[in-house]
Amino acid sequence: MKKAIEINNNEIFKEALKESFIRLNPKHQIKNPVIFAVTLSSAFCTVLFFTGHFDPADFWFNLQLLFWLWFTVLFANFAEALAEGRGKAQASSLRQTQSDLKANRLIGDKAEYVDASFLVKGDVVIVKAGELIPIDGEVIEGVASVNESAITGESAPVIRESGGDRSSVTGGTSVLSDWIKIRVTAAKGESFLDKMILLVEGAKRQKTPNEIALSLILIGFSLIFLLAVATLQPLVGYFNSSFSLLVLVALFVCLIPTTIGGLLSAIGIAGMDRLLRKNVIATSGKAVETAGDISVLLLDKTGTITFGNRMASEFFTVNGVSKSELLSYAILSSQADETPEGRSIVTLASSMDAKPITLVGEETWIAFSADTRLSGVNIGDVHIRKGAMDSIAAFVELYEGMLDTQCRSICEKIAKEGATPLVIAVNGRVLGVVMLKDIVKPGIKAKFAELRLMGIKTVMITGDNPLTAAAIAAEAGVDDFVAEATPETKIRLIQQYQKEGHLVAMTGDGTNDAPALAQADVGLAMNSGTQSAKEAANMIDLDSSPTKLLEIVEVGKQLLSTRGALTTFSIANDVAKYFAVIPALAVIIFPSLAVLNIMDLASPKSAILSAVIFNALILVALIPVALRGAAFKAQSEEAALRRNLAIYGLGGIITPFIGIKLIDMVISALGMA
Amino acid sequence: MEVLDMVLFAFTVVVFGFFIGNYVYKIFDGKKTFLDPVISPLENALFRISGINTEKSQSFKAYTLSMMVFNLFGIFILFFILFFQSGFWLNPQNFPNLSWHLALNTAISFVTNTNWQSYGGESTMSYFSQMVGLSVQNFLSAATGAAIAVALMRGLTGRGIGNFYVDMTKTTLRLLLPLSIVYAVFLLSQGVIQNLSPYVEVTTIEGVKQTLAMGPVASQEAIKMLGTNGGGFFNVNSAHPFENPNELTNFIQMFSIFLIPVALLFAYGKFAGNRREGIAIFGAMALLFTLTLGSTYYAESQGNAMLTQLGVEAGPSMEGKEVRFALGASSLFATVTTAASCGAVNSMHDSFSPLAGGVLMLQMMVGEVIFGGVGAGFYGMMIYVLLSMFMIGLMVGKTPMYLGKKIEAYEIKAVIIALLLPSAAILGFSAIAANCADGLAGLNNAGPHGLGEILYAYTSAAANNGSAFAGLTANTPFYNVTLAIAMFIGRFGVIIPMIAIAASMSNKKTYALSSGSVKSDNMTFTIFLAFTVLILGALTFLPALTFTAIAEHVLMLSGKLF
Repeated sequence: MKKAIEINNNEIFKEALKESFIRLNPKHQIKNPVIFAVTLSSAFCTVLFFTGHFDPADFWFNLQLLFWLWFTVLFANFAEALAEGRGKAQASSLRQTQSDLKANRLIGDKAEYVDASFLVKGDVVIVKAGELIPIDGEVIEGVASVNESAITGESAPVIRESGGDRSSVTGGTSVLSDWIKIRVTAAKGESFLDKMILLVEGAKRQKTPNEIALSLILIGFSLIFLLAVATLQPLVGYFNSSFSLLVLVALFVCLIPTTIGGLLSAIGIAGMDRLLRKNVIATSGKAVETAGDISVLLLDKTGTITFGNRMASEFFTVNGVSKSELLSYAILSSQADETPEGRSIVTLASSMDAKPITLVGEETWIAFSADTRLSGVNIGDVHIRKGAMDSIAAFVELYEGMLDTQCRSICEKIAKEGATPLVIAVNGRVLGVVMLKDIVKPGIKAKFAELRLMGIKTVMITGDNPLTAAAIAAEAGVDDFVAEATPETKIRLIQQYQKEGHLVAMTGDGTNDAPALAQADVGLAMNSGTQSAKEAANMIDLDSSPTKLLEIVEVGKQLLSTRGALTTFSIANDVAKYFAVIPALAVIIFPSLAVLNIMDLASPKSAILSAVIFNALILVALIPVALRGAAFKAQSEEAALRRNLAIYGLGGIITPFIGIKLIDMVISALGMA
Repeated sequence: MEVLDMVLFAFTVVVFGFFIGNYVYKIFDGKKTFLDPVISPLENALFRISGINTEKSQSFKAYTLSMMVFNLFGIFILFFILFFQSGFWLNPQNFPNLSWHLALNTAISFVTNTNWQSYGGESTMSYFSQMVGLSVQNFLSAATGAAIAVALMRGLTGRGIGNFYVDMTKTTLRLLLPLSIVYAVFLLSQGVIQNLSPYVEVTTIEGVKQTLAMGPVASQEAIKMLGTNGGGFFNVNSAHPFENPNELTNFIQMFSIFLIPVALLFAYGKFAGNRREGIAIFGAMALLFTLTLGSTYYAESQGNAMLTQLGVEAGPSMEGKEVRFALGASSLFATVTTAASCGAVNSMHDSFSPLAGGVLMLQMMVGEVIFGGVGAGFYGMMIYVLLSMFMIGLMVGKTPMYLGKKIEAYEIKAVIIALLLPSAAILGFSAIAANCADGLAGLNNAGPHGLGEILYAYTSAAANNGSAFAGLTANTPFYNVTLAIAMFIGRFGVIIPMIAIAASMSNKKTYALSSGSVKSDNMTFTIFLAFTVLILGALTFLPALTFTAIAEHVLMLSGKLF
């Protein structure tokens, strides 16, 4: 949020600590099978411990083991509660803007003052200047300027009116002038914001398909380790020996993927939270993950790739006129011109080497009209004009001047590049040509290069003619473009890419974008867009910034790769844990197997305890990674894979060797085991 | 010299695997082959008579039902032949009927391509049982495996899974029979026997009377190796001179174990439309094989210090090995036979050094995916391929896909089942056997090696390998029945989930791979896959191996033998 939203981290932290214990409730635990397995084993062993089923000689050792087993569960609960707390804080600050709203509901002609929560879909409310819009809806009558900064952080008011592309309003924004009648499109609890809030609340969160598949793998691994550990007791029964049940449980807990199991839901919630921080509302977690899979991005030229306004980019002199003279007259011609084009001419010329000219006389501004297609100023006898080539040709003829071939060829050249030539003349004298160009946003080319690296194809859609489109496409560095596009072109294009096996994302705001937004795998609607566009989309950008799609792709990819990275890390950890625990068990039966203790851990007990402590602590240590997401870099998938394998695979093998050894040194020095 | 042999072995397997692989692809993708004029009419007649629709792909249910009915019927027939052996022909030695449990064990063993032998061939089986009972299943069990592999290849490449009966028939008629005929003739030329005579009594030079077992060996030997069956005609299997007379036959036997598993990988590359898809998997298997072969060979060449001290032998361990084949060929044969789910042996695995024995076990524990059995190696490896691609996909931040098809909860469930069931059979039955009188009664060795024999037996059964630490006397009701169950679970507990995956993947949309996508046809994938197999296998079985092979090894170093 650009708007400063105070999130009290201390408060969230305390709340999460409390929640860690509340979430020991089996009803909650059952949703996370891996951690539930730890809870069950810990509870089981605790009962055995207090009923005196364990060797009293090992009282302290067993007590410590039990403690750390419970800590493992609590840490996992804490991670989830913390992520949820942060997400909720983010969402509730958004929701605050919606709460306690009152509305003037219209029944016939009569208005009735009700609480916004009583409104249902289809109700009509009237909102006057100075009032807050109570709920998401569509303007059916009236025009008003609305301050949407509560949602977007953008302070400039926007116009909302019935019909057309500017009819949608959001609850919590305020009407500054005039009045509007609004038809309620979503009842309380059904608006986009409500849906988003559900996504960051763990309890009601729906797992995404990828999350379900990963959970199954984690359950599968847990079962495999259950098998490996549970059969160990009968196998060594062959030697007429047995292990302490608590030690076997400790081994089991060490081996099952508790790290990723405990952090899994935190990662999902944090992903949604990150999206929310970027002011994007998603209707489902699945949509966010799909964003990570996108292989084709359809981008509107105007507003996304270019600023959408034609701006002066270059001056050309003709007939030996000096550059500075041209610049000076260019400034004069546009000084009163408030259009973006006019302002850009002044800005560009001033930044160049313009020589000031002083002209005395009465100043008359000539505004642009569709008839004359030129504008300018008369200062005394000096008539300065800028305009389209043909209009200027007609203008100079009045003074018996003429537009020569040099000027014509410059104009034609500029037009060929997809830009617009404006000729500047003073009375009968043609001074030169200004090139007006749709300026490509700075930095966008680099962004597209990054996308290309990640294997994502960018396609520019524009209503321009192919020539103009090609020029801008080349400048922006998109992979492909479609010129002279209509809304139907978009939907056909999406279908065609999908048929080829691509996943397509697009942005849109107009009602005629709605079918394409619905067809696309990821449809991002601008909050400033129409209600139908928003309903068709599966994500809404509150900032209405068309380049947001690029960031959403990153959030999606990061969400999945964090899960993958931590799963790999979790499994890789098991190698070291085996090296710590198995020798400790083996020496019980064959003392000569002490040679297997290659980590040189102090004693079998300290080895087992160290492994369990490491297992619990690593969960806490990785909470920041889960919340922030694994570091993301724009690079090819192959490179990303190698990088993540090096960090989380190799790192996952090495880290616990060091960690367990250090913990072992500490606890043996303290005489804890 | 021995290393050179191993290189020559690898080269031969790859070259022949390539050509047979192309041929296999042609058979199953309906392309023309040179055998068409002979076999097509026969095939068509068979399909017409049995009313099989060769055009339509079966559903998961229909395919599974066909496969199960066919295999259960095979178990029933084989059981019937063995249980009433004395009532059939070709029994010059007048062998009696097999006990119910031995007949059951053997029936399941041969139908599941395990060929675990709780019996000694030359002292139990009539020629009829060998030829009509066991040999037939040698063909059909291999054909079943190949059919499943082909179904999976088709499914993954979106062709529909095909018809079980059609693929099974084609494998038998177009692949296994022609190769076996050529192979048997070659073996005959090398001195492998082929007759139906009664056993021959001879007086040796030392003046001792000895009975020489006879039989139709060559014909059975061919399919025993080609089909990765491994059920020897004689008790000592390929260590017997009538089964494996010389170094050349030994070489060809090893070669023929790997031939079809490797060919299937090349065929897969053709199915996928990208040879590298097959080669990448081949690479992972070859990498793992090099590791296991290297460690077996190393462990064996270290010998046993205590035997050296006693003056029994110097240098490398030779006890339990045929001097004809020496150390290299014995290590190679043992690694090949346990890597592929063959289980034929030319030396006694029970006599291998503890670590080598452990490596042989680990190869089977991971599910016989290091080339593996005919078909079984391929579909078994796909468990790990899908798991690897799932993890790779997540790690690069994408919905996991393989060959452009999403790997979702359904496939993951199937993968987990296929991974879990055989492991549960191995560890569960071993745990039971190690704790009951019936299980312990069969042991000839004490200490960790005894436990190792039990573990090896169930591993071999569940992995459908069939080799054994023969120190275990397994022809008891307890072992025959539990091993039979383990074999059944190890076979169908993997096959059925894999058919499910094939069917579900076949119906999925294929997504385009963009330029930056992670691929499953390169070095990174190969290494990742090999690691996945190794780490998962090690993590599951390390505790069990610690108290068998590893304990035995450490104890051997400290001067204790079992």
